[in-house]
Amino acid sequence: MKSLAELAAIRDKMKNKVALREESGETRIVVGMATCGIAAGARPVLSTFVEEVDKAGLNGSVAVTQTGCIGLCRYEPIVEVLRAGEEKVTYIKMTPEKALEVMEKHIKGGKPVVEYTIGNIEK
Amino acid sequence: MKELSLNILDIAQNSVKANASLIGISIDETDDVLSFKITDNGKGMTADFLSRVTDPFTTTRTTRKVGLGLPFLKMEAEMTGGSFSIKSKSETEYKEHGTEVFASFNKKSIDYIPLGDIIGTLCALVQGAENTDFIFNHKMPHGEVFLSTKEMRELLGDVPLGSPEVISWVREYLSEAYSAACAVD
Ligand SMILES: Nc1ncnc2c1ncn2[C@@H]1O[C@H](COP(=O)(O)OP(=O)(O)OP(=O)(O)O)[C@@H](O)[C@H]1O
Ligand code: FES
Ligand SMILES: [Mg+2]
Repeated sequence: MKSLAELAAIRDKMKNKVALREESGETRIVVGMATCGIAAGARPVLSTFVEEVDKAGLNGSVAVTQTGCIGLCRYEPIVEVLRAGEEKVTYIKMTPEKALEVMEKHIKGGKPVVEYTIGNIEK
Repeated sequence: MKELSLNILDIAQNSVKANASLIGISIDETDDVLSFKITDNGKGMTADFLSRVTDPFTTTRTTRKVGLGLPFLKMEAEMTGGSFSIKSKSETEYKEHGTEVFASFNKKSIDYIPLGDIIGTLCALVQGAENTDFIFNHKMPHGEVFLSTKEMRELLGDVPLGSPEVISWVREYLSEAYSAACAVD
């Protein structure tokens, strides 16, 4: 059975990682969570990113954050990926499956999944 | 919305946006009725604004001219034969300010939308609002589930509440709590 006491164990485990954390923090994954994003399916997309970052042990270098409105309702769920020294990549009409692919290819592999980006659709 | 838990996420996001430091989410469920109340200590709304807030043309957002969250919820509740209400005290008029949104749903109605992934909603809220505390409880016919991020913070010390490790813990903790609470069903 899970207990609150396990949080103390998480705290102790993370203390040792603090030094590492401060050096990195290079990648940000931003999920649009306004009403239109939520209605379009942003919540499972967000949770996929949070879970995958945890599973991959990337907590120190990848931050998953939420934002309200990105201003492009009809393309929701929208996810932006920001990496130091690179141009922002905007993914649209995201799903948990696409999120897994973006995790593998872009976040871990360094190559944006062009197919799912806004640039690809607007052309 | 496809699930009531998505409405709960959306309404609680309004509270986060209103700079609430404490948000209460309580769900009360019997065999026939599901109701929830979301309370916050955020900046609140004036009586005049409040009287227009379930009209979709009322919003303070700037990227879109209509607000959808509250009108959606009101409509969904009323369609099942349930009810909706909102009370608020604006910080411009009251020292103790904040907002309370209540909605109830008749579970037997064909228009009833299921609660859905409430754990996903709580994980998203805790993950996204570093400076906000949540007190959640869900009363069901045979049991109850409770979570307080205030209690969690005391144990976590400096570790951010929104850390992926912590969110994974929340997800597992709540899944177990729900299995235990629903076991008698
Ligand atoms: N808990 C709250 N505290 C203070 N103001 C609120 C609260 N909830 C709603 N409001 C006000 O009411 C307005 C309408 O809310 P509503 O959720 O219907 O639409 P919205 O948040 O503007 O847009 P969206 O469609 O993305 O939800 C908000 O813009 C905000 O000004
Ligand atoms: S309201 Fe839809 S993107 Fe902002
Ligand atoms: Mg809203």
